[in-house]
Amino acid sequence: MADLAIRQPLPLETPLIEGQPTYGDISRDVARVVESRPPRFWYIALAVSGTLTLVLLGVLTHLVRTGIGIWGNNQPVGWAWDITNFVFWIGIGHAGTLISAILFLFRQRWRTSINRAAEAMTIFAVMCAGIFPLMHTGRPWRAYWLFPIPNQDLVLWQNFRSPLMWDVFAVSTYFTVSLLFWYVGMIPDLATLRDRATTRIRQLVYGLLSLGWRGSARHWSHYEKAYLLLAGLSTPLVLSVHSIVSFDFAVSILPGWHATIFPPYFVAGAIFSGFAMVITLMIIARRVYRLEHLITMTHMENMCKILLATGTIVGYSYAVEFFTAFFSGNPYERYVFINRVTGPYAWAIWTMFACNVFAPQLFWFRMFRRSIPVMFAVSIIVNVGMWFERFNIIVTSLHRDFLPSSWGHFTPTIYDVLTFAGSVGLFLTLFLLFLRFLPVIAISEVKGVIPSPGGKGGH
Amino acid sequence: MSLVQISHPTPKPLETGRRYWRSLEELAETPQFRQWVEREFPKGASELLSSSSRRALLKLMAASFGLAGLVACRRPEEKILPLSKGVEHYIPGKPLYYATAMQIAGSVTGLLVEAHDGRPTKVEGNPKHPESLGACSAFAQASVLSLYDPDRSRSVLRQGRPSSWEEFMRFAGEHFRPENLGRGAGLWLLAGALPSPSYEAVRNHLLGRFPEARWVEFEPVSREAARRGAEIAFNRRLETLFDFEKADVIVSFDADFLGVDNPGVRAIREFSRRRAVASEKDSMSRLYVAESRFSITGAMADHRFRVRSSEMAGAVEALAAALGLLPVPPVNYSWAEAVARDLTAHRGSSLVLAGPGQPPEVHALIHLINETLGNFGRTVSFVAVESAPGEANFEELAAALAAGRVQTLVVLDANPVFTAPADTNFAASFAKAATTIHLGLEADETGSVATWHVPAAHYLESWGDLRAADGTVSIQQPLIQPLYDGRTPAELLALISGYKDQRAYDIVRNYWTARWPAEQAERRWRQALHDGLIEGTAAARQTPAVDRQRVLAARRTAPAAGGLELVFYPSPSVWDGRFANNGWLQEAPEPMTKLTWDNAALLSPATARRLGVSNGDVVLVEHEGRSAEVPVWILPGQTDDSIAVALGYGRSSCGRVGRRVGHNVYPLRSGRTPGFLVGVNVRPTGRRYRLVSAQDHHAMEGRPLVREATLRYWREHPDFAQHAVHVPELTSLYPEHQYTEGYQWGMAIDLNRCVGCNACILACQAENNIPIVGKREVARGREMHWLRVDRYFTGAEEAPEAVFQPVACMHCEKAPCENVCPVVATVHSPEGLNEMTYNRCVGTRYCSNNCPYKVRRFNFLDWHKGLEEPQKLVFNPDVTVRMRGVMEKCTYCVQRIEEKRIQAKAEGRRALRDGEILTACQQTCPAEAIVFGNINDPTSRVAQLKKQNRNYLMLEELNVRPRTSYLARIRNPNPELA
Repeated sequence: MADLAIRQPLPLETPLIEGQPTYGDISRDVARVVESRPPRFWYIALAVSGTLTLVLLGVLTHLVRTGIGIWGNNQPVGWAWDITNFVFWIGIGHAGTLISAILFLFRQRWRTSINRAAEAMTIFAVMCAGIFPLMHTGRPWRAYWLFPIPNQDLVLWQNFRSPLMWDVFAVSTYFTVSLLFWYVGMIPDLATLRDRATTRIRQLVYGLLSLGWRGSARHWSHYEKAYLLLAGLSTPLVLSVHSIVSFDFAVSILPGWHATIFPPYFVAGAIFSGFAMVITLMIIARRVYRLEHLITMTHMENMCKILLATGTIVGYSYAVEFFTAFFSGNPYERYVFINRVTGPYAWAIWTMFACNVFAPQLFWFRMFRRSIPVMFAVSIIVNVGMWFERFNIIVTSLHRDFLPSSWGHFTPTIYDVLTFAGSVGLFLTLFLLFLRFLPVIAISEVKGVIPSPGGKGGH
Repeated sequence: MSLVQISHPTPKPLETGRRYWRSLEELAETPQFRQWVEREFPKGASELLSSSSRRALLKLMAASFGLAGLVACRRPEEKILPLSKGVEHYIPGKPLYYATAMQIAGSVTGLLVEAHDGRPTKVEGNPKHPESLGACSAFAQASVLSLYDPDRSRSVLRQGRPSSWEEFMRFAGEHFRPENLGRGAGLWLLAGALPSPSYEAVRNHLLGRFPEARWVEFEPVSREAARRGAEIAFNRRLETLFDFEKADVIVSFDADFLGVDNPGVRAIREFSRRRAVASEKDSMSRLYVAESRFSITGAMADHRFRVRSSEMAGAVEALAAALGLLPVPPVNYSWAEAVARDLTAHRGSSLVLAGPGQPPEVHALIHLINETLGNFGRTVSFVAVESAPGEANFEELAAALAAGRVQTLVVLDANPVFTAPADTNFAASFAKAATTIHLGLEADETGSVATWHVPAAHYLESWGDLRAADGTVSIQQPLIQPLYDGRTPAELLALISGYKDQRAYDIVRNYWTARWPAEQAERRWRQALHDGLIEGTAAARQTPAVDRQRVLAARRTAPAAGGLELVFYPSPSVWDGRFANNGWLQEAPEPMTKLTWDNAALLSPATARRLGVSNGDVVLVEHEGRSAEVPVWILPGQTDDSIAVALGYGRSSCGRVGRRVGHNVYPLRSGRTPGFLVGVNVRPTGRRYRLVSAQDHHAMEGRPLVREATLRYWREHPDFAQHAVHVPELTSLYPEHQYTEGYQWGMAIDLNRCVGCNACILACQAENNIPIVGKREVARGREMHWLRVDRYFTGAEEAPEAVFQPVACMHCEKAPCENVCPVVATVHSPEGLNEMTYNRCVGTRYCSNNCPYKVRRFNFLDWHKGLEEPQKLVFNPDVTVRMRGVMEKCTYCVQRIEEKRIQAKAEGRRALRDGEILTACQQTCPAEAIVFGNINDPTSRVAQLKKQNRNYLMLEELNVRPRTSYLARIRNPNPELA
């Protein structure tokens, strides 16, 4: 691999891959997932997630036919679970590109075992996220007006002063680049699958997808340049997409939304939730497909450390928000924060604090960082907490703003719940299909971090 | 006058072309055949009209097949607009305005009604009419919706089954023949109040023909106690008129004269004129209110005393004693002396009044107080009231019914089965009359059990005349032909009495032209129609002397009232129940509680604590063996141990909108004390009921939203309103847009004048095609009112003060909604309007989230779904009907601005005059609290108001620069009591 990306392991360092597999072992182990009949677990999971996906389709059909009124949104709570879910999924979609691009640039070689799955998760999470801004509009059949494409209906241009417009570009750019990055990174592995394919269909499909990859030095050279460039392109996007999502709130004048800390706070939160989701998925995948020697405890521990770091940043941001609210002397801002901790939704913010700030503190201890059950529990708790963070920001700020006469309350309907559950179903379905049909671990990259067959370390 | 007639299919045989027939009967056009056609699906025929059930759909399909052949037999003849002869003044697409009048429980308001292509769409007050002065009430504004109500009675019913006018006429012709009825013994007529000279002439003709017939006027909510009080004081039947504009000091005992005591609007206008203060040097009136229920009048009071209705007589006596009219007051009220001094200091310009729920002797004593204060002829005057010959009261009728002495009972425009006092047992004995005939807009509780129900014409379909309180008569002219073949009460009386004129038009026209010289008749008739009133019909004002002995003798020492009292009041939404099927009124929040779609037992916080109940707990209220279940709502400011409950809810036989909405409390009411009951038992049932309030939070949280001060504080700090908040300087990288060219629209709302009466909300609803959403959606917080009236409580929980603040779109110059819309659906006009482009909106709701005033309204669902045929006619064609998924909000009535601009251009004028454009809320506001105009013209009224030192911008510190500003509220307490 390119010099930039490769660092030889120091003699005393713990090896990233356990059991000293050969190149052939790695190819076989990863390809086995795709080539053999999936375990029973996979079918059960797909049945559940597929059902939920159908529920999502049903709810969305009902939504388009009947209107936003099937959800609990109201005056003054114009956005509720819809945008909460959007920000939640976008946040999840953060870890993938971060792992692929930023860790790649920082030459964190432990990323190689998890980057493929994390990127896939990113793509699927952004797809789930995309549903919400589209479907939360009152007239989704007109949502294409948000894109700057010429239309016959209205010759007006979009309003580029609106953060929602920035969102459209930020999210769509992020999705495009992430998808490219993922795909480009997968080409050598697709070629491996093509070469191992035993059926005609596999040969055809993987053959097409691998774009004629033959593994020549020239291919590798182009490939690595492209990969590096995409990593460079993705890096600012990791920061920009959630900064811009936070502008939806920060640019408004609503107390509780209008805060300058939002961009870094949102990015930290997104990485936090993204890593939590990667941990959840990896724990399951490595167990089910017996990939513990490729996705090792070291990988898991490293991710726990990131969880601890970002969780602490998030906790710090919460504190700063409260401090600013009181320091500002703005009575409306102050009220919002008092209301958050004592008002009708106080249970939500205390849930958030418990999940996001306190739970990750366990990872100060190595014992917990290396305990799969603890890790699994914390990663789930963190994602619950991060969902509540968005809920708090959106709903508790909206439900009581400037004029007490307009104060209201938001209660979710069954359709709110089903839409969210459906989006989880869609996400899991896509992920399960990914596990079944695409190489879950970057074969070529992992080969780069094990000792070369010559036994001299490196290749 | 000729009116445009549209779409009134009358089943007439085809006159041209070939005739197809199915049977010999049809060919012969026999009545039997026609009856068969009409009766083919008699049972459940009404179900066919509802769109809900699958059964109904199948039936409808079957009926369609069955009737398909019938359709082929005749071509429906429709009167369309051939306009071979042009209708006077009619230009297609331009509205026409006609003067007419409406009455509620005998209270008459003159109106101007806007008609688009022959259909009335909007009601305004008639500026020439003494009871309107250009304004009109929420009831009048909403009345246009009732006209197009698809649940109105559509055909004559006999024993609840569809019949026809022909059949009824045949019956009536036989039944009311003098040979059959003799001198009319056993014939009773029960009528709602209808002060109409021509109708009274027909009535008198009928009573002349049947001299032994008895006439009963019955209104569940009436001023009867006040009239009987005048009878005690003056030994004559007199109506009392008040002039609030001339009053410097007003003392009200349980009188909600700004609210439900008065379905008209004159009192509000007169009162609010004395609350208009241009500078701190001006004077204003002072209002003392002693009341049990916290009413909007109490909210306007400078001093409000919480006194139970049953103890009000004692409070009036305490005042009388303080004025030296009585030796010793039975109960001492600390404020009585100070109020008496204030009144004495304003002899001749003070005014004392009591509510219609108070007994006659209280009214009599008040007359004595007003006479002593020299108010007669100044703030208080009287006009004579005439009674019908052979008039009986309701109790007599109930007794006669129970005794089986009533053969025929004719009920005109009343619903006594629902509204009668429970102790008369009217509903049970109603069936004892051999023949009952009910004329009404709907087949209500009375109509559905009467032998005959005949549909009444809505007032917008009727010819008639109406006499206002001061005697001024207005001609009522129809705006549209009766949609459902309804008749007016006068027509029905003419029919059964064989009056010389049978059609309403002839009855009223001949009545009046007979009184005028023949050569003037046509001109004067046209003049009366044009003006909306007949010149010179105002009655002579009288100032009789009070018979002091009678007044003092009538005084009853009120028994020491123990236990809880229950106070009845007409609902500001459905009145006595007659507007129950009007969705606009049902959804209009009750001004004090902000409850919609319900009534409730209103309790003070202390009483609720004592009873151990909270909002939504259902309690069983019992009195003398009668009981009703009502949910509880806690209203701060309510007098302790006093429960107030609105009448008119819980209708059982009503249209789809109002059926079983709220709880019926008529079963508790007594005919002897219709205003209140003492010693009721209340016990929680343990059940809960969901009450829905349009405003969940009632305190301002210390935010300077409504700014108020006492008159004295204002004089010491003239600019108090402008220094409530620190406004940070607005800094921007770009030069600010200057709004200095042309018209710049703005609004000023005087909080010192607004009484919170809801008329503006309904006017806005009618003008701007605002849908209703129903109770469940209001509970979700999805009400669509573009204009709301916020009500906040201030002060102690037990004795709070209340303030009202109408809030609509502020049209901010730096509108936060505009920059966040991704699709440029809301933009700013060069004239400062924040404009909403519905067809561009995709419905992200971001604008609403970013609106600090939360005045934007989103169509969460298709609120117009299931709209039936006549309902569409109510829409104002100048305003888009919004679809689901788009945002909407107040436009400053942009359609009215454009209409006047076009008109000015057509008249060759360049400039629009100040006051030429009236927004719908402004036009109807009885308090004249809302002023709209060009703020760029320093001489305009709105610019003048904005220059006053009471003017402030709500949330000015956000620097969004709203175009609507408020004028601070001023209270004028008595320094002695403060």
